[in-house]
Amino acid sequence: MNKNKIWWSSEQFWKKTAIWVTALMFVILIFLSFDTINKITVGSNRVPSYSVINKQISYKFDTKRNFQVPVISEQDSPLFGKKLTEEQAEKLVTHGKKIVQGRNCMNCHTLLGNGAYYAPDLTKAWLDKAWGDEKYREQLMINFLMEPEKNARTFGSGRKMPNLNISKQEAQAIIAFLKWMSSIDTNGFPYNFNAISQGEK
Amino acid sequence: MTINQFNTQNLNVGQKLAIKYFSVAVVLFAAQILFGLIAGLQYLQPDLFYGVLDFNVNRTVHINAMIIWMLYGFIGASYWLLEDETGISIVGIKWGHFSFWLLTVAVIIVVLVYLFIQWGPGTDATIWFINEGREYIEAPRLADIGIVICMLIFFYNVAATVSKGKVTGITGVLTLDLVALAGLYLAGMFYTTNISLDQFWWWWVIHLWVEATWEVLVGCIMAWGLITTLGASRKIVTTWLYIEVALMFGAGILGLGHHYFWIGTPEYWFTVGGLFSALEPIPLVAMVVHAVYDSGKHGFKSNNHPAMAWLIAHAFGNFFGAGVWGFMHTLPQINLYTHGTQWTASHGHLAFFGAYATIIIAMFYFAVQKWRGGVTIRGDLVDSGWKWKWSLALLNIGVMGMTIALLISGYEQSQIERAIGGSTWLGYFQAQIHPWFVEGLVWRQIMGYITALGFILLVWDLLTIGKKEPLELESKVA
Ligand code: HEC
Ligand code: HEM
Ligand code: HEM
Ligand SMILES: [Fe+2]
Repeated sequence: MNKNKIWWSSEQFWKKTAIWVTALMFVILIFLSFDTINKITVGSNRVPSYSVINKQISYKFDTKRNFQVPVISEQDSPLFGKKLTEEQAEKLVTHGKKIVQGRNCMNCHTLLGNGAYYAPDLTKAWLDKAWGDEKYREQLMINFLMEPEKNARTFGSGRKMPNLNISKQEAQAIIAFLKWMSSIDTNGFPYNFNAISQGEK
Repeated sequence: MTINQFNTQNLNVGQKLAIKYFSVAVVLFAAQILFGLIAGLQYLQPDLFYGVLDFNVNRTVHINAMIIWMLYGFIGASYWLLEDETGISIVGIKWGHFSFWLLTVAVIIVVLVYLFIQWGPGTDATIWFINEGREYIEAPRLADIGIVICMLIFFYNVAATVSKGKVTGITGVLTLDLVALAGLYLAGMFYTTNISLDQFWWWWVIHLWVEATWEVLVGCIMAWGLITTLGASRKIVTTWLYIEVALMFGAGILGLGHHYFWIGTPEYWFTVGGLFSALEPIPLVAMVVHAVYDSGKHGFKSNNHPAMAWLIAHAFGNFFGAGVWGFMHTLPQINLYTHGTQWTASHGHLAFFGAYATIIIAMFYFAVQKWRGGVTIRGDLVDSGWKWKWSLALLNIGVMGMTIALLISGYEQSQIERAIGGSTWLGYFQAQIHPWFVEGLVWRQIMGYITALGFILLVWDLLTIGKKEPLELESKVA
């Protein structure tokens, strides 16, 4: 047996293969990343601009794509009754996101399905049926975030969210962030989500 | 009877530094297990430490301690083998010690802040000094910078030593891999409000670490381990290493797409991510074949049986935890229901333990062996080696048990919450209170205690093994 003659057992061959395969895959990844980043910038079809919090958002079945997608209505439905400019909306949502990071919500909850599994997924929390009626939703969310222990539901689990010292102003910023997040097109995740009354009737 | 004390005279310059890293790694491993047990218990008794040491705090310490102890293990392992491989002494060893202390002080501060400050207001100062609030890379920005500085010093030491000394296939791959590993960390070091973009880059760090650069790094350690313990042929081992790199990067880089199904990213990731991540088990199979074949060919003749056993545990753990458990939920058709459930936790535990904890434990055994002057540690020790055998068994049974328990809970959760309940607040808790789910979590906790027992035995064994054994030279005959 002459080792040098069998190409597939040669060290040099595999060294080169390793380098070329890695380089090729990396280039493809960069290329796809540029495309993806373009498609998920704020204000794109998939990730709406922050001022979407001025609108009514719902989550409806799309027969063409065969899953639920967020639907943003034409008519206004401003958060906390105050219509914001794009800059104001961005500032509010940004504050909300920074609170979410600073309070470490993601080590109990998942956002977009990533994070921890100790508490419900928050991707579509804004649209959750448990808030009852759209009329009371904003107030109920503020109450819950400020005093989660007093407003606990736990559905028989006894697992309560602790009081994280969230002020009213902070609660509003968090809710703005949650409302904006619910408008992101997540390819049908969560599946079969039964959203709060969406005024269709 | 001779007593072989730990004596750093037995070690080369790089190895003296390596044992420092290994020692801190063991302490952080202990912290990981302790806080994992507390977090697991809170599932069963939600009032435990409620409002004082909440679940998110314990979980943060649990997974951060893990990431950091494994990085310590990898840095230690690299310093351990560098001098053997290159044939020269580490170039900037003083800086290596400096960065060890810098990193260790930083880690202590970060953990104290996690435990006692816990949270901050929604300002940049919080992100800089308290908590970044992003899973696995929660460490505040200031600590990130410290980590980057330490990684740069470490990288300089490796690169400079390799370039001055003999360049082998192993050290060549190791050096390039470390560039990628350190560079990727930067992708996790900026703030953005756009949660989709945030998660997009976050996965670059997490996925391209564990399913690309870390895999290749342990591939290097494994290659070195097979050559040194078994006397496997360097040429064959190096060729295998290149094949593994080609397969691992070939599948793992675009396999990143299996995290881009549901975070707002376009639909073509279904195809790209599904396809390439489904190929990822192939290199993991190759690694098992390689390790088992080489060990078998050399008749498992080794003067360090515990290390050998843990290397084999690594090959299988990597294959099952990453390859099998990863494959099971990697296609979008399945992941739609398993995404973000206990299914994920099941895979996370077996993969991190099986692929990474195991091989670092093998390094610990190499280290204590030489630290005691090169004792022979086989199955026939004076105390018959019951400690290493039992800790090997208990740790593997414990983690495997936790994995299966979580898998059962995960099946129930993906059915009741994800498929039927629509992942609402109510749907979530309907799944959480279901007896099948709760039983799974009870068993996870029981298996967690078994894991902890195995760990305690492991530490005891590391501190005592080989103390009364003959030195290698005297027992060469066997
Ligand atoms: C210690 C764990 C923990 C932390 C940290 C935490 N939560 Fe919660 N959260 C829970 C639990 C448990 C529930 C369910 C409470 C109940 O049913 O009474 C919950 C419920 C919620 C809900 C309602 C559920 C839904 O589906 O709409 C929202 C909204 C929420 N949390 C937001 C947050 C935000 C925002 C943060 C960070 C500022 C946060 N949580 C931090 C544990 C936590
Ligand atoms: C000793 C007993 C252990 C217990 C009781 C335990 C418990 C836990 C708990 C409760 C969580 C949080 C999961 C959630 O969000 O619901 C967790 C997460 C995690 N643990 Fe452990 N753990 C243990 C040991 C380990 C070990 C040995 C490893 C690996 C070496 C490990 C790796 C992880 C990882 C990677 C996660 C994050 C999983 C994910 O997000 O999917 N744990 N663990
Ligand atoms: C040693 C290598 C690996 C390790 C350490 C590892 C670890 C992990 C961890 C900890 C998570 C949870 C992340 C989170 O907290 O959100 C995860 C997620 C995931 N892993 Fe792995 N993994 C490895 C290899 C693989 C492989 C080879 C595959 C596929 C074949 C795979 C498929 C997945 C998938 C699909 C998810 C997403 C789960 C979800 O949607 O929630 N992993 N991995
Ligand atoms: Fe992955």
